[in-house]
Amino acid sequence: MATLREVACGGSAKVVRICAQGPMRKRIMDMGITKGCTVIVRKVAPLGDPMEVCVRGYELSLRKSEAEAIEVE
Amino acid sequence: MSRVIALAGNPNCGKTTLFNRLTGSSQKVGNWPGVTIDRKEGRIKSIGAVLVDLPGIYSLSPYSPEEVVSRDFLLDSRPDAIINIVDATNMERNLYLTSQILDMGIPTVIALNMMDTVRKDGTVIDTEKLSKALGCRVVGISALKGEGMEELLEAVSSADEAPSPVRLSGPLEKSISEISENLRDKVPEEHLRWYSVKALERDVLAIERIGDSWNKISEIIEKLEKEEDEESDSLVASERYGSISDIVASSVKTKRTSGSYTTSDKIDRIVTHRWLGLPIFAGVMFLVYYISITTVGGWGTDWVNDVFFGEWAIPGAASWLEGMAVDPVLSAFIVDGLIAGVGAVLGFLPQMLVLFVLLVILEDSGYMARIAFVMDRVFRRFGLSGKSFIPILIGTGCGVPGIMASRTIESERDRRITAMTTTFIPCSAKLPIIALIAGALFGGSALVALASYFIGVLAILLSGIILKKWPSLSGTPSEFIMELPPYHVPGIATVIRSTFEKGWAFVRKAGTFILLACGIVWFLSAFDWSMSMVGDINDSMLADIGNAITWIFVPLGWGDEWQFSVGTITGLLAKENVVGTFGVLFGFSEVAESGDEIWPIIAAMLTPIAGFSFLVFNLLCAPCFAAIGAMRRELGTWKATGAAVLYQCLLAYAVSMVIFQIGSLLIYGTFGIWTVAAFATVALIAYILVSKEPFARYRHKTSEAAA
Repeated sequence: MATLREVACGGSAKVVRICAQGPMRKRIMDMGITKGCTVIVRKVAPLGDPMEVCVRGYELSLRKSEAEAIEVE
Repeated sequence: MSRVIALAGNPNCGKTTLFNRLTGSSQKVGNWPGVTIDRKEGRIKSIGAVLVDLPGIYSLSPYSPEEVVSRDFLLDSRPDAIINIVDATNMERNLYLTSQILDMGIPTVIALNMMDTVRKDGTVIDTEKLSKALGCRVVGISALKGEGMEELLEAVSSADEAPSPVRLSGPLEKSISEISENLRDKVPEEHLRWYSVKALERDVLAIERIGDSWNKISEIIEKLEKEEDEESDSLVASERYGSISDIVASSVKTKRTSGSYTTSDKIDRIVTHRWLGLPIFAGVMFLVYYISITTVGGWGTDWVNDVFFGEWAIPGAASWLEGMAVDPVLSAFIVDGLIAGVGAVLGFLPQMLVLFVLLVILEDSGYMARIAFVMDRVFRRFGLSGKSFIPILIGTGCGVPGIMASRTIESERDRRITAMTTTFIPCSAKLPIIALIAGALFGGSALVALASYFIGVLAILLSGIILKKWPSLSGTPSEFIMELPPYHVPGIATVIRSTFEKGWAFVRKAGTFILLACGIVWFLSAFDWSMSMVGDINDSMLADIGNAITWIFVPLGWGDEWQFSVGTITGLLAKENVVGTFGVLFGFSEVAESGDEIWPIIAAMLTPIAGFSFLVFNLLCAPCFAAIGAMRRELGTWKATGAAVLYQCLLAYAVSMVIFQIGSLLIYGTFGIWTVAAFATVALIAYILVSKEPFARYRHKTSEAAA
């Protein structure tokens, strides 16, 4: 299944499932990344990681390893 | 009894500005019990109420201390009302917290902040409609401009009804009702909704309080999950946001299409650009230092040292005391001991203030978050995160606010490691030591300063690796999900207030610790054990003490003369003292900030490599008492603080020894038993860095201690 990590810069995707567990899962959902919402990938930091996304109208940064836990389509 | 009002909201939504505006100078800062989080409280005079500032939080999950402290306060201390500050330019995410607060059944007023920005964007918000949809009063304000304050306070005064909670979908509300039936006798009526929804989310803290009803409730949840084919916590989160989305869509008319670029995004296009990002960051840092240390700040410092103390205070005090026929001993104590010493320190104030102003601007404007964003990759390698960089950055000004800034790091482990290693980076108080060694032994070369910062950063990064392997600090890797707030121009009032607070902390430190240190050093250096004044300092008490302990530092290359060990020890009171002490010890009542007068003396006593070793030891070893105090606040116990200080001293000793021994071997060809020891130390450090569980034997002890 595709994850948020693989979405190209400038591209957008719809969230299908949050695969993370525990505190990280809660954090991801609390920050607005929930099933069915649209996430736009803005860019990647100069050193290659983390990535910046736009969700629910604001800018959020997360590591690629964290983006891997978010299934998208 | 005055009413108690809680102030809750997301980080970066102007909560501090609002709090300052409502409480003015009546603020008090304390601590939330059991955690190292600031508790700010103040009086709102116009309505005779106490306002308690809760930490900035995105949600009320059971995981971070800030969230737990907030939940517990709202549930157990039951404030009379809540002001929930919501950023109007970022409503959906802000209202997520709101929907949880409304579940608590406490009268709530929403302060919709940043209305000035909203108007500028051309967005129109129908606060009446919003109010009706959310079930509580919504007041548009601008904390920055001071708009809407009266209406807000009026709404707060009259808020006395429990708000109606945000409704979720049919199936969810049905399950919530069923859960409520089971909890009716277990929790207070007004908290029924809160506990029911949290139980539905499988919130661990709520489950704890529920106890044995959990089995029945668990069945209800599983039934729902099967029907909806989704985990319950995901259902609750997406439906909260779903309801909020509808509410916002019906009351907000924005010109902006979702996903379009704002001004902040345009700035970020350049500032975190793939190729431009790092050079821009380097440029900003250079500018900060250039302005604070070299130019504006430097001019101020020169004036204070040369004019204020050099031409007015010291000669003035000396002649005034002479005129009053004060005992020459006392006079010398005051002039050479106290005034000269403190003067050397206060001379730094201009540089520090300028630096603080710049750092506060960087933080308030939102750029600091971008710094963490850019630096994360580097720090992740060493087991930390980009958020650890900010305390380090602030630590270049002063370690005390730097250590305190580690509070913004959510991961407990990262927070502790950062608090312990922040002082490795040279603070402005260590600059005179750098200047002294550079000037006396390296011809004033700028490479000495560069090497100092480099060694500091290296010590932090390597410590990240080493400390992560210590059993009580290891665990799951930290997360880095962080908001990049929109840029905004910091309010002048906030900048001045923050700078003043930090500057005042520095002055107080100078006033107390350093005054004490200078007084004691002068006294110990002027008298011998029979309490009579000495003509030659080598007969004094200080010389004896110095001679007694100086052997410890012989392997480091500067143990042959006692003055250096004494300088290091007075550095514990304040790092500025090191140069000040040398001034006193070598017979100068007033030294320039880089100690020009004593360069020839130093050059005669130390080889360059020994001087560098001395510098590195003072840079890495235990920080000044004020910083140790700050560490104690962050780490929580004296035991942990003591362990941290011990680690710092051991690392400092090891690194200085290696530098001196191996350096001398390479430069002068000297070889001895300590050279062997130095190589062994390098091997030991390499082993710790590489091996998977170098501290395995301590795992038992620490888990016993924790049990």
